[in-house]
Amino acid sequence: MTHAGNNSGSYLDAPHGIASWLLTKDHKRIAILYLISITVFFMIGGLFAAGIRAELLTPAGDLFTADLYNKVFTLHGVVMIFFFLIPSIPATLGNFLVPIMCGAKDLAFPRINLLSWYLYLIGAMLTLGAVFMGGVDTGWTFYTPYSSMASNTNVTLAALGVFIAGFSSILTGFNFIVTVHRMRAPGLTWFRMPLFLWAMYATSLVMILGTPVVAITILLVGAERALGFAIFDPRVGGDPVLFQHLFWFYSHPAVYIMILPGMGVISELVAAVSRKQIFGYSVVAYSSLAIAIIGFLVWGHHMFVSSQSIYAGLVFSIITMIVAVPSAVKTFNWAATMYKGSITWESPTYWVIGFIGLFLVGGLTGLFLGAMGLDVHLHDTYFVVAHFHYIMVGGGVMGFLGGIHFWWPKMTGRTYPETAGKIAAILVFVGFNLTFFPQFVVGYLGMPRRYHAYPEEFQILNVMSTGGATVLGIGYLLIVTYLVASLFKPRNASANPWGATGLEWDIPSPPITLNFETEPIVTEDAYNYIGRAQKAREN
Amino acid sequence: MSHISSKGLYYTIFGTLIAMTVVTVAIARIDLGALNTPVALAIAAFKATLVILFFMGVKYNTPLTKVVAASGFLWLIILFGITMGDYLTRAWIGFPGR
Ligand SMILES: [Cu+2]
Repeated sequence: MTHAGNNSGSYLDAPHGIASWLLTKDHKRIAILYLISITVFFMIGGLFAAGIRAELLTPAGDLFTADLYNKVFTLHGVVMIFFFLIPSIPATLGNFLVPIMCGAKDLAFPRINLLSWYLYLIGAMLTLGAVFMGGVDTGWTFYTPYSSMASNTNVTLAALGVFIAGFSSILTGFNFIVTVHRMRAPGLTWFRMPLFLWAMYATSLVMILGTPVVAITILLVGAERALGFAIFDPRVGGDPVLFQHLFWFYSHPAVYIMILPGMGVISELVAAVSRKQIFGYSVVAYSSLAIAIIGFLVWGHHMFVSSQSIYAGLVFSIITMIVAVPSAVKTFNWAATMYKGSITWESPTYWVIGFIGLFLVGGLTGLFLGAMGLDVHLHDTYFVVAHFHYIMVGGGVMGFLGGIHFWWPKMTGRTYPETAGKIAAILVFVGFNLTFFPQFVVGYLGMPRRYHAYPEEFQILNVMSTGGATVLGIGYLLIVTYLVASLFKPRNASANPWGATGLEWDIPSPPITLNFETEPIVTEDAYNYIGRAQKAREN
Repeated sequence: MSHISSKGLYYTIFGTLIAMTVVTVAIARIDLGALNTPVALAIAAFKATLVILFFMGVKYNTPLTKVVAASGFLWLIILFGITMGDYLTRAWIGFPGR
């Protein structure tokens, strides 16, 4: 240990310079690299969203041509899902926290972790290349036969980008699973693990079991476009609906890649702001696994109005109702945790409440869509758009932002202005609801998704939606502003600004490169807030 | 990982795999009707199992490794099984024109 200096300073101080970052094997630095990249892609995806909302301000399709509009909503979906939401929490907060919460020095395979970031970047660059070469217009779902036979846009390039980014996700999941199995500190039994770890573990299972299937599916579309394979071509015995089976086998569970980590974040935050052990810890832990596993059995609920057999549809519909149960268990348990808790009104509290509210609406409207008969009416309308934004933005992004606000002092050593944090949470919550709640109504009334023009009677609801999106955008910009501004101030965060439990709060903010001076030994359950408070009173 | 199998075992497995290949070719020449595909698939599955258990060493590995290997196949069965569940039941309900 001749370079003792490397370990004594924080991970941010240990060797500077571009190369030290781009070649780092430190999971915390890789988390920061990911955080910067996904933020850039969130902004790119947000620009496309702004384009969509601007076009829909008026009933006439006047801002974009129909073709251009197709490209704008496709790229909004592709960028937001594959290059922001899928990696959002796992690759940033997960990368940062999984080893620390395990009491380990790093992930099991630090080089593979760095490789995953490069794969992500290569995939992202290819997809961006497709944007600059004229875009792609298939929708983020790449449905055949349009994607395989008809579309003249850059489908192959965009799909290749998604294909490569998929490997980054597989590698991250694989790394987390091995780390959780092999590198937990002495005393950290499975049922003492923070629920964030359980959530990341369940997410990782979905990543490694599901992602290969979408990779193969994309490859098949590529082969059909380039080499004339006939997997999805009915003229020679293929079936375009087979694409939907293969695609949704991954892409329904992918929703859980986006939402399970958010649930994990909220479990941490809800205990911290309520100063209580999570209500029904083991049930919440098991519900993550249940969601991950049952989530693989429901994909056909996206295909009720395709040529899928109605008998298969029935089974998918029933299992869809069942998969709602573990999510409901979590929601009830969060509420029960807050009940009679000593709730403190800090900025993470606002994100917790916002998450629960939005996820509740998103989850319940999922049941509407999972009911076979009702889905015939609602399929491909704005009701669906509103539903999945409530889950993926109301759940996924709120969870991500809540986590970023909670762990920002730990990651950067800086605090941000609390009042600004609260205002941003309120702006995002209000703006989000104003954007997407009217879409439930307009969708129920029959406005289909993916058109640049619509009948005049839908205008008022669309104007509300665009206004809400503006508020939402201002909320996001506010967050970026004060978080980036905090980086230019001296480090002022204490080791445990929230008075939270967990190994990450026992080490300095920001942590040293190897996380712990000595290997920690875990002697208590997670979220032992009440026990700790009692001890403090006795002393 | 620490387990070392005897050379004899490897040769036996190799011999079995070759024999099964011969059987596959031989059976392909006999028309079994509806059983053609199931029999070919059964032989293939048997061969794959041998490779996984012995050549890939899963038989001598930890229970966790076995679970990982098995779950990959379980998920493949879910994917194929439920998808086929759709294809096999599509014709159950009649509609005009068919
Ligand atoms: Cu789904």
